[in-house]
Amino acid sequence: MTKERQTWMGLLARAPEDRLKALWAETGMTPAFSWLRAPEVGGVMLRGRTGGTGAAFNLGEMTVTRCALRLTDCGSVGHAYVQGRDKSKAEIAALADAILQSANAAVLQDKLLTPLQAEEVSRRTSRAGKAAATKVDFFTLVRGEDA
Amino acid sequence: MTPNTLGGGFADEARDAAFAFRACLDVMARPGRIGTLRGAVPPPPLSVAAGTLLLTLCDAQTPVWLGASIDNPMIRNWIAFHTGAPVTTSKSEAQFALGRWPDLHPIFDFSMGTPEYPDRSATLIVEQDNLAPEGTVLSGPGIREVTHLSLPETDAFQQNAALYPQGLDFYFTARDRIAALPRSTKVEAA
Amino acid sequence: MYVAVKGGERAIDNAHAWLAEERRGDQSVTELSVAQIREQLSLAVNRVMAEGSLYDPDLAALAIKQSRGDLIEAIFLIRAYRTTLPRFGASQPVDTAAMRCDRRISATFKDVPGGQILGPTFDYTHRLLDFKLAAEGEVDATASAPASDDPVPHVTGFLNRDGLIQQETPDDAPPPDLTREPLEFPATRSLRQQALARGDEGFLLGMAYSTQRGYARNHAFVGELRIGAVSVEMEIPELGFAIEIGEITLTECETVNQFTGSKTEPPQFTRGYGLIFGQSERKALSVALVDRALRWAELGEDFEAAPAQDEEFVLSHADNVQATGFLEHIKLPHYVDFQSELELIRCIRAEAQSAQHQEAAE
Repeated sequence: MTKERQTWMGLLARAPEDRLKALWAETGMTPAFSWLRAPEVGGVMLRGRTGGTGAAFNLGEMTVTRCALRLTDCGSVGHAYVQGRDKSKAEIAALADAILQSANAAVLQDKLLTPLQAEEVSRRTSRAGKAAATKVDFFTLVRGEDA
Repeated sequence: MTPNTLGGGFADEARDAAFAFRACLDVMARPGRIGTLRGAVPPPPLSVAAGTLLLTLCDAQTPVWLGASIDNPMIRNWIAFHTGAPVTTSKSEAQFALGRWPDLHPIFDFSMGTPEYPDRSATLIVEQDNLAPEGTVLSGPGIREVTHLSLPETDAFQQNAALYPQGLDFYFTARDRIAALPRSTKVEAA
Repeated sequence: MYVAVKGGERAIDNAHAWLAEERRGDQSVTELSVAQIREQLSLAVNRVMAEGSLYDPDLAALAIKQSRGDLIEAIFLIRAYRTTLPRFGASQPVDTAAMRCDRRISATFKDVPGGQILGPTFDYTHRLLDFKLAAEGEVDATASAPASDDPVPHVTGFLNRDGLIQQETPDDAPPPDLTREPLEFPATRSLRQQALARGDEGFLLGMAYSTQRGYARNHAFVGELRIGAVSVEMEIPELGFAIEIGEITLTECETVNQFTGSKTEPPQFTRGYGLIFGQSERKALSVALVDRALRWAELGEDFEAAPAQDEEFVLSHADNVQATGFLEHIKLPHYVDFQSELELIRCIRAEAQSAQHQEAAE
């Protein structure tokens, strides 16, 4: 369960705001809920490692919006931590997280997660394809002393 | 995690936190004065005042040390959700420590700051059954002449005051009552 | 000493109103949107994010608009905003080996596994002004090629395997944070990296260049430069597990530098490192060179009194918000100070004159 939940929470967090909102609207879901933590904008300190693998260091912060809520009907609790300052994105992500842990998970899987996943793969593939087109092979010219 | 540890936070975060911060500030500025602190409803056995104090002062940058008589999974989850503060078992690492007086001993294992940065010291939150303006005699900054507060003992606070400008600061909590004792206060047996 | 002055409120209000009008410029010209700045001035946005030390492209674009393109002013705005944010916590260290690379080049190995990927670079442009851009126009479609899913390992990893380069051993101890505790010397490498990551690009470029010109020369080769997207993962206390909370673009530079070896260590290469928000390769290179120069003590090198080796000098002067604040405050009213200076110089002149008179009389 944790593994699946990590996967969908990550996907929701990385989703472009406009796409998440549009796909959510298409599900037609408007579940009643109460806030456990109303959406709040804050910062997260991002860390790197010296040399890529060494000691951790603080690289700089990133804006993040978080919230937590409980669905009125089934009591399922949803959390969201999403990049940026869009409170309605965080709300949708938390609602989706709560629903995906409830009996209605399958609908949301089909109507929200599957398209978001496909769009993300397509965005990444497109970018990787452009990068691949700039791949070069450098040829070493024969040096005088080697001849 | 049980869902009820997600409740009991401030109802109106910005306002409640501001009022609570004012209350914390007032009692620290007037050592020995007993104030009221409400807003949070923490899981047992934490008092309302101690819970509200944690929500007001703690965040992800302030490791909290929990005394044995206070520590339980509900409290840990409640602190994690509402403040993000990490719970530490290292006294020297803690910026806040919470417990009943016997839990906290020996208190000088907590960080007392450095001569360059005396502010890098721990604040101890001492849970008590009662707080009363009686017993130990307090004097110093923020006190007109002398005042009295029902401290659990005298020696430790005298030793602490002698470390000034280093040392520990204390809050005492009982139900929704709170009082404070900064390191700058002189403490004498009644 | 500052002097409290009163008055001037109306003048200040009017100055601000005029500033707003000047910022807008000729109103017959279409106004810039924040989205236009974010999309079309993205390297300026990246610089403001890196030196403002806050990853948020929309905010950085807004700051650039508000500051009329004065990037240090924009960085100042971002730093001021940053201080108002509650800190939710810290991410796990980003895994740059798993970067989805837009660009990845090595100057040390031409046949590097994963390939040399040029990406959207200025490198091979002719630096000729393109007058076509003066007229609005469509851009040509970008070419695409089949991409492989193969990993793109760090180049230094190959040298590492053979023991030819100094190791970077993982250490998860919480690093010092100069936004919470004042910078103290000597600084750890982690603290230096944070200060350099938010430091002024121009200052660091100059420092790095000075090492190339012989002030603490350390013969840097670009082992690898990579730009691309990495996921940001964070442990969520109330969940008890880590989740991805977003995705950011980073530039990473690893240099391979000379080292002569010591009594205890065989000769091996050493490393310099730079990791910067956004596409910012000049800065990442500069940081890697300066990082390497600052490591002289731990690597047993001589202190040559070069500016780039002096961490107190580099770290205390790299922050452009600090620098501009202190520099620009001297234009604010200093009337009393100057009055006392005037009185002092008159006094000294009078004394000198009377001494001359006395000499003449004798």
